[in-house]
Amino acid sequence: MLELKNVSAGYGTFQALFDVSLEVRAGEAVAVIGPNGAGKTSLLRVISKVIDLNGGQISMEGVALNDVPAHRIIELGIAHVPEHRRLFPRLTVEENLKMGGFIADARAHFEERLAYVYELFPRMKERRHQLAGTMSGGEQQMCAIGRGLMSGPKLLLLDEPSAGLAPVIVQQVFDLVRRIRQEGYTVLIVEQNIQQVLKVVDRAYLLEVGQIKMSGSSQELLENDDVRRAYIGL
Amino acid sequence: MDFPLTDPFFWETVIQGLLFGGVLALLSLGLNIIFGVIDVVWICYAELIMIGMYTIYFLYSDYGVPLPLAMGGGVLVVAVLGAALHHFIIRPILHTEPINQLLVTGGVLFFLQGFATLAFSVEFRNLGVSFGSIEAGDMYIPTTRLLAFVVSLVAVVGLWLFLKRTYLGTAIRAISQDRDVMPLMGVSPRKIYLVTSALGGGLAGLGACLLVLLYDIHPAIGLTFGPITFMVCVMGGLGNMIGGFIAAFIFAEFIALGGFYAEIEWGYVIAFAFFIVMMFIRPQGILGTKN
Amino acid sequence: MTVATVFKAVGLLAILAFPALGFSDYVLHIAISILLWGYIYTGWSVMGRFGLVSLGHGAFMGIGAYVVTMLWNHAGITPWIGIPVAVIVSMAVGFMIGFPCFRFRITGHYFALVTLALSEVVRLLIVALRDYTGGSLGVTPVSVISADNPSSFLAMQFSDKVSWFYIVVAVWVIGLLIWRAVDRSMIRYAMEAVSQEEDAAASVGVHVTRTKLIVTMISAAMTAVGGAIYGQYQLYINPETTSGIAISLQIVFAAIAGGMFVQLGPTVGAVITLLLTETLRQTVGHDVHGLDVMIYGAMLVLFIIYMPRGVVGRLIDAFERRSETPGTPGQARPQPGE
Repeated sequence: MLELKNVSAGYGTFQALFDVSLEVRAGEAVAVIGPNGAGKTSLLRVISKVIDLNGGQISMEGVALNDVPAHRIIELGIAHVPEHRRLFPRLTVEENLKMGGFIADARAHFEERLAYVYELFPRMKERRHQLAGTMSGGEQQMCAIGRGLMSGPKLLLLDEPSAGLAPVIVQQVFDLVRRIRQEGYTVLIVEQNIQQVLKVVDRAYLLEVGQIKMSGSSQELLENDDVRRAYIGL
Repeated sequence: MDFPLTDPFFWETVIQGLLFGGVLALLSLGLNIIFGVIDVVWICYAELIMIGMYTIYFLYSDYGVPLPLAMGGGVLVVAVLGAALHHFIIRPILHTEPINQLLVTGGVLFFLQGFATLAFSVEFRNLGVSFGSIEAGDMYIPTTRLLAFVVSLVAVVGLWLFLKRTYLGTAIRAISQDRDVMPLMGVSPRKIYLVTSALGGGLAGLGACLLVLLYDIHPAIGLTFGPITFMVCVMGGLGNMIGGFIAAFIFAEFIALGGFYAEIEWGYVIAFAFFIVMMFIRPQGILGTKN
Repeated sequence: MTVATVFKAVGLLAILAFPALGFSDYVLHIAISILLWGYIYTGWSVMGRFGLVSLGHGAFMGIGAYVVTMLWNHAGITPWIGIPVAVIVSMAVGFMIGFPCFRFRITGHYFALVTLALSEVVRLLIVALRDYTGGSLGVTPVSVISADNPSSFLAMQFSDKVSWFYIVVAVWVIGLLIWRAVDRSMIRYAMEAVSQEEDAAASVGVHVTRTKLIVTMISAAMTAVGGAIYGQYQLYINPETTSGIAISLQIVFAAIAGGMFVQLGPTVGAVITLLLTETLRQTVGHDVHGLDVMIYGAMLVLFIIYMPRGVVGRLIDAFERRSETPGTPGQARPQPGE
């Protein structure tokens, strides 16, 4: 579904990604793991074209993304739930969800998708008139994922959904990711919480200083000695 | 002097102030939306209004266009001007120090004022349209002022509904809270800024429709309405439309009552002095909250 | 003695010798105007260069011009006393507006708009006190000079341009010296820290509010003196030409056009704006009103977009870039144009 071939990207003179190739097949959940500063967020940002591609190719269902501007990526069925959730704090929950369904194709389905998100996250229905900035971190993450679903995406990009949350809430967030998977969405997730994320995905890539160092099924990575030593601390 | 509460002139003044407040409220709307969304102060805002007034005047007086159509033309011209202002002048320096954006529009102020002087000369022009007055008891309320007041209220409500109900309106509010995440929603910030600028310009054009009925047109009229409009916006809390709305009426009453008890300049002096004092008491604006 | 000192000395001598070259009164008038406005713009840039962008310097100019003229016309007090009084009044007003602003960290747009309100208050006060000030029609300092008695030191009224030229040169040089003193003093380092990193500066113990206040009061006082001299030289003042939004914006823009980060920048700004106005007046004549203002406005827009550091700042940047030798990269400058 999504394919990256030899992608390089960065910010100005700083290069964040070197020759990255990866693939996400329809129906899969794939994780990109790695330490802080490895370029994980940059990887998602280049897929969304928020940062420019310096080299290589990205395609979604055979359509090249290289010349697609950032605000048109979502129309191809890619929804990006950014790092730190980035809700609109002074809009209500429902208005945030409305922004998620801004694109023309999504507007016709607004009511049904809203009902769907509320069914998935009943808490959001209770809070629909509350300002998003006043909710707890876990609730905000629900809202952010819900906002991502409002465009009716095929592929969901999740950037560090557990970051900055209390340990109890982290568990809830991974349950949430599991639910999203069960709903049939294809997911590409970037995480530092490696042990947890490997339990919910099928496959994973290890990213270090902007390069893919290893890939395999979650089981393989969990059992890999280097990964265990460096990232899981066992 | 009579006890003011029994003096019909006093009440007439209070009502005049209220009606003037409606005009100020409308004038502050466009500036507020530009500031709230793009974080830029258009120092030349009142000069855009001036251009709108001239457009209406010439369409109506010289080309015989019916007044409502001429007014529509005025709104359109200023809306386009607002979008052009953003696209050609603000956007190139949007990422530099904020004060540069304020100053660059100051250059536009001089440009437009000079242009108007050159093209239309310094003579005072009047549309010469009058709708008479309404008599209520011993008071006379000019119909145009009442009309201006009603139009202001309608515009405020209309804008509020637009921002609250529509996708575009919600996006305009959203972009002021987090610009960089907008592309992920499928929204082009550049387009929203352009639309917002056109909207701000359109509101300035609407202001022109009202002022053209109430005042003479001349190239320096912007200097009369500019400062007071900024003060209204700042006192209401830049970008806070409800605050601006309330501040408009406070200012208008100061000016009207100042004119009632002394001369109109004293009303302005007191209103501006009040503004400065308010800035120190509530630097965030009357409805502002500390962030 | 360094090359720069020699250069300055020669420059100053050339200026001092200027009236001896037998130019017409018109040329002298232009020279006086350039130096006087150059001085006023320098006064503005004393605070402007630290990010304190005041749109209210018309207030201080108005205070200078009107306090001196009112004292002379209504109380017969000589401008030699009137000017110090105007300086004290303007510094007090500068303090009154500055103290709460800096205390409550009213900066950027808000500071610009609060100071703009201040200049409107002063303008409208002048208009409202029309029984004393003549209102918007303006006022003339009561003249004591005539053909027989061409100048009066006591009244600070001189009918010959040469006297004015030397007075204005002296004021201008003092203005430049103040600019440099502020620049050189500790204030420079403190203020630059302030304009870049407010909290960091506060944490290293710099008294932010006091530093900003001192700079504001110096700037206010300089501008008031400029207003007073303007009134004495023109022998006519009105609220529009001394106060209000137009004059306040003119001060800001000329300083920016020339370059407020360089000692001579504001003076260059005065040269640019006055020569533009005069050239247009000579070439297209009096009848074409507005063209100068229009071109002036367009120039300002272009300046701020393409040369935010002003003409002189831009020249210095270009010079420094050229003189950089490979391998020793020059000090990185913040480039607002990026």
